Amino acid sequence: MIEFLTQDWILELGWIVAKIMVVIGPLLIAVAYLTLAERRVIGFMQLRKGPNVVGPFGLFQPFADALKLMAKETIMPAGANKVVFMIAPMLTFILSLVAWAVIPFGEDLVIADINVGILYLFAISSLGVYGVIMAGWASNSKYAFLGALRSAAQMVSYEVSMGLVIINVLLCAGSLNLSAIVEAQRGMWFALPLLPMFVVFFISTLAETNRAPFDLPEGESELVAGYFVEYSSMSFALFFLGEYANMILMSSMTVVLFLGGWLPPFDIWPLNIIPGPLWFIIKIMMVLFVFLWVRATTPRYRYDQLMRLGWKIFLPFSLIYVVLTAGFLLVTDRLPTVALS
Amino acid sequence: MIEALFFYLFAGVMLASGFMVVVSRNPVYSVLFLILAFFNAAGMFVLIGAEFLAMLLVVVYVGAVAVLFLFVVMMLDINFAEMRAGFQKYLPLGLIVGGILVFELVAAMYGDAFSKASLPVASEVPNTTQLGGVLYTKYAFLFQISGLILLVAMIGAISLTMRKRVGVRRQSIADQNSRRREDVMEIVKMPSDKTKAKDDAAAGSVDDK
Repeated sequence: MIEFLTQDWILELGWIVAKIMVVIGPLLIAVAYLTLAERRVIGFMQLRKGPNVVGPFGLFQPFADALKLMAKETIMPAGANKVVFMIAPMLTFILSLVAWAVIPFGEDLVIADINVGILYLFAISSLGVYGVIMAGWASNSKYAFLGALRSAAQMVSYEVSMGLVIINVLLCAGSLNLSAIVEAQRGMWFALPLLPMFVVFFISTLAETNRAPFDLPEGESELVAGYFVEYSSMSFALFFLGEYANMILMSSMTVVLFLGGWLPPFDIWPLNIIPGPLWFIIKIMMVLFVFLWVRATTPRYRYDQLMRLGWKIFLPFSLIYVVLTAGFLLVTDRLPTVALS
Repeated sequence: MIEALFFYLFAGVMLASGFMVVVSRNPVYSVLFLILAFFNAAGMFVLIGAEFLAMLLVVVYVGAVAVLFLFVVMMLDINFAEMRAGFQKYLPLGLIVGGILVFELVAAMYGDAFSKASLPVASEVPNTTQLGGVLYTKYAFLFQISGLILLVAMIGAISLTMRKRVGVRRQSIADQNSRRREDVMEIVKMPSDKTKAKDDAAAGSVDDK
């Protein structure tokens, strides 16, 4: 037993924990600044200034917000199911962090380079609905419950077309490993040959993260705040952080699948001296900007229109595109081949 | 050593949560424990190196099927006392079914079904590739048939639940988009001379005031 404890697996464990911290720390700061960026960007788009008082250019605003949230009282509704009520925000937050284990930030810069990386991401993102639905049910409130039901139906619907879009990418890349998918885009990013799928995927990520114009689960005008209406203080903050971390995660998924991950746009001199992780971060920021841009410019969908878009347009369209992609690759003899046995 | 530790952790949690699925008083807890059981099953798949099956289990069962379970169970208005009243009546039947399953499992364990030879051999080729290799060649027809069965089930579900109601105003986006200006709008030439406007004002139209 002593031998078992003194083996170098403790060192290994420490190394893994250190790697996780290196990802999670900057991620949480990025989440904090994403909330600020959202308010500033939307402010400028609406010809206002946004928060600009706390610190230079309002840069300390996220910390002020965090302090305010922590100082608030945690309220447990009388009729709530206490256990599920407390688990729901934790689950949302944990799920938004564990997915980062497989995201490749650069060549060999990944915590867990697993063979089925894209399936892992897909699985984790499909679990996000549990936090929402558990919160809605445990709150024992009409508004929260309605918001949760809407959200569950919406997330399940858009996952289907997301899965089909991912199949398109896999057909071109020939691997489920995220690093291999990025490497396969060295010649051309998949956003170009699969442009329609790129658009479908981006819109689906908007729906998956419950962002405008698909933010019906938290539609203020009819549901107050949706599934987290009963939450306050840190439990609310966990939902909030989870939502924004999910946005960043979905953006990075878009970048890995369609925008060439850590690769520069062209492999020429001034572009390829910029390190890969930096390219990755720049691309994520651009996708996130589009998230905010969409929020500032589009009105909210009606619920039946949202369902129609998911099931009657995106699903058949991406299915047909799978057939087209496979057919094209087969005819031009470009299907990626793998060694069997 | 660590692998064995994880095996017993996953197996233990799975058995415990499976038990809780049956004995929970609240059906929502049952579904949540079912999800926990699925998760631990996925963990066991990872331990034997079947990562593709593990992810598929999470995507299909946890991500889709169990969501719908939870969805339905949460909206049910169940009388718990009434549900528990039938327990005595159904106990013998449940024991018989459970007994048969245990017997079959034990028989399989001491037979050849679980012998070491049928365990997957670790190899360099990822098991996604291996699965695809046999699924689309050796078992192509079985694969197609299972797809067809699912399709039939899907069509059945749709035809059972679809109903045409009269008097419902539906949005037809194709109709909306195919409207042309000539069909819905008419430009009428109105005289714009001042005498007419003055006549209207004199006639006592309230609009001016």
